[in-house]
Amino acid sequence: MKRHLPVAAMLIAVACAPSKGPQGGTGGARLADAREAAQRTYVEPGKLDEFYLFYSGGHSGQVYVAGVPSMRHIATIPVFAPYPATGYGFDEESKAMLGGYTWGDVHHPALSKTNGDYDGRWLFVNDNANNRVARIDLRDFKTHQILGPIANSSGNHGSAFLTENSEYALVASRFSIPIPRGTYAPLSKYATDYHGVFTGIKIDSATGTMSIGWQIETPPFDWDLAATGRDVSKDWVVWSSYNTERATGRLEVTASQRDRDYIAFVNWKKAAAAAAEGKGKVIGGVRVLNPREVPGMMFLVPLAKSPHGADFSPDGRYVIGGGKLAPYVTVFDFQKFLTATTSNDTIGSEDGIPVLRYESIRVAEVPVGLGPLHTQFDDQGYAYTSLFVESAIAKWKLGPFDGHDSALVVAKIPVHFSVGHLVVAHGDTRHPVGKYLISMNKLSKGRHLDVGPSQPESSELIDITGSGMTMLYEAFTEPEPHFAQLVRADLLHPIEVYPKAENHNPNAIWAASDAKISRRGNIVEAKVFSIRSYFAPNEIEVQQGDSVILHVTNAEQERDMLHGFGIASYNINVVMDPGETKTIAFRATKPGVYPFYCTNFCSAMHQEMQGYLLVKPRAGATVATNGGGN
Amino acid sequence: MSLVGWLGQVLSRRARFAVLGAGVLLILALFFPLWKITMFANQFPEGLRLSIYAHQLVGGNGGTDLQGINILNHYIGMRELQAEDFLEMKFIPFVLGIFLLLGLRTAVFARFGNVVDLTVLFVYFAVFSFGTFAFRMYTYGHHLNPEAPIKVPGFTPPVFGHQHIANFDVYSYPGPGTFLLGAFGVALIVVLFFETRRIRRATTPA
Repeated sequence: MKRHLPVAAMLIAVACAPSKGPQGGTGGARLADAREAAQRTYVEPGKLDEFYLFYSGGHSGQVYVAGVPSMRHIATIPVFAPYPATGYGFDEESKAMLGGYTWGDVHHPALSKTNGDYDGRWLFVNDNANNRVARIDLRDFKTHQILGPIANSSGNHGSAFLTENSEYALVASRFSIPIPRGTYAPLSKYATDYHGVFTGIKIDSATGTMSIGWQIETPPFDWDLAATGRDVSKDWVVWSSYNTERATGRLEVTASQRDRDYIAFVNWKKAAAAAAEGKGKVIGGVRVLNPREVPGMMFLVPLAKSPHGADFSPDGRYVIGGGKLAPYVTVFDFQKFLTATTSNDTIGSEDGIPVLRYESIRVAEVPVGLGPLHTQFDDQGYAYTSLFVESAIAKWKLGPFDGHDSALVVAKIPVHFSVGHLVVAHGDTRHPVGKYLISMNKLSKGRHLDVGPSQPESSELIDITGSGMTMLYEAFTEPEPHFAQLVRADLLHPIEVYPKAENHNPNAIWAASDAKISRRGNIVEAKVFSIRSYFAPNEIEVQQGDSVILHVTNAEQERDMLHGFGIASYNINVVMDPGETKTIAFRATKPGVYPFYCTNFCSAMHQEMQGYLLVKPRAGATVATNGGGN
Repeated sequence: MSLVGWLGQVLSRRARFAVLGAGVLLILALFFPLWKITMFANQFPEGLRLSIYAHQLVGGNGGTDLQGINILNHYIGMRELQAEDFLEMKFIPFVLGIFLLLGLRTAVFARFGNVVDLTVLFVYFAVFSFGTFAFRMYTYGHHLNPEAPIKVPGFTPPVFGHQHIANFDVYSYPGPGTFLLGAFGVALIVVLFFETRRIRRATTPA
């Protein structure tokens, strides 16, 4: 470990890194000629981008869609947080999906795969905060399922990572807790009574529907990031870890005492088979496997202290471990890993899980620079590693690994500033498209028009077609992109309207004459029709205290002809896409007259698209108590 | 030769088959639009399309353009375009069946007069149908609901050719169905022409 810097030196490096000027790059880095860069990124009005970029939105809970190379933001897909712009979280269906939560923390979007390549069907995203995974259907770019909170698992950071044919979304806990969730144990029992958990989430190959498959109980390490194998390694998933010290308290110190933490290699096929055989025990409603009882399912390999990213090369042969606090990435050879597992080349164990010999599996320590986090790949045999501390991206050659590790680094480009994840088109598949790389930076530090203290993040588009790297463009996005997926636009075929024939909602109506209001006891239910530029009915009268259920159908079948339905002072706004029916339910607690109107601009007579909700006061109720007014 | 003599002349085998073959065009015409109306505007670069068949109205873009056109038309108070209102869509398929039967009659009885009957009736049918189509366009454009949000003076949408209406460029042209029917008519005239020449040569003393 002679190249492993002490923590103190690293902290100095952190302090020094941002002092570099924007032109302070080394080895092959250059700012593109402005005209050339403009040509590369300019997408003429009316013309389309070449790639879709799906950004995770971090603690905004959403997913952002941008076009590349223009970097234009095109749409926001609400996932874990209400979004009035599309009415998400206001209608009964999306409210039920959100389950009462109003935020989530999206980190790692994963496109569904077939044979290790994107198939353009679904996008899975994790919620680090509330232990959930959501599925976005790329047919309509809408969230269709939110699974969780996942039993036993806490801090769903290491997800969602999909197996080669999207059989499973793999999930790991970042925070260990006593399981099942709800169990109490004092922190003094952390090392023994707390557990980390890996979860295999089964994905239905026809519908994409997720269900909990099985779990693996692990020592109370903090599991960080994962990658799934391909070809030779297709049955395996790797997870990096920190806090293998099993420490509590001030983790930046207590979890930084060991020189090395681990990368876990887990055979998910073996886990699935063991669960199917009924091994392990049911905890919190899920079959939980103990690695001790399923030999060959899980191994630990030491890796430089508190690593972050773990990434498989496109051919599945190498695993790249980002050292985070070390100035190099470690390259593990999967073949050598397999050999070590069969030859029992171990140096010990953790709770019965074999720890393999680092030196037997590692084939290189590539000195990419300070703070290496994540690695992506191109189709020319190069790897790209983000350097958080150094605020740069290193380009290096994926072999030959013959001991000349430092010769592998071919270029470095400064980014602005403090890059976290990076993404290459199809960069985590069998067939990367080595054209663009996007550096997703945690800090933008005033490289934009000043917007006050709450600053956006920055994303920089880098051309990787040449031998080096060329900075092309910079965009700013809402907090906060972590990982992203960059996919060729021609792989996606979204619909433009919901075809009327596919709307099987029993409350959908397609003619104004079918609109009706009915009452059952205290429940008033209405089928509401909307089309340019009116609602039918446009007058809904209820008694104060009634439960009101409105099914609003947008009968349009024309592209981009959306209608909204907002009720003033009742905190309700839904938006119906063409051919869509949405259901709103609320109690008419406030007496008085409340206008409703189309909130999504539709036509020349959009302003006229309105009506009244009339709430007749209950006998004896005082009208003056309604202070809200409108 | 007298007119009656002419009408009684027996058709050649080739002519009988030609009429029979032309009858296929009538059947084919049922499967293609007779007329096509397309509307373009800045925000409709792909156009709103309407295809008028012998028996149905079909909107473009998987059928959805019909509703789209009706939604736009309702702002000026135009009556909703729907197949049920087109009397032509009831009689045209029926009349085409009659022409098919008259074609069979011609092939079987093989008299020159049969072709003349068929041609005269078919030309009448063509002119009459175009006339009712033009009248229907006039009616749609002139019977506007006086309570419409946007009040426009009565107008006739284009029956043939291009017209600029508000923000739309509207094009109205015959479709493949009409060309097939036209080909049927042309086939009859060709038969008449060649048969006349053949009969005349055969009956002229050498």
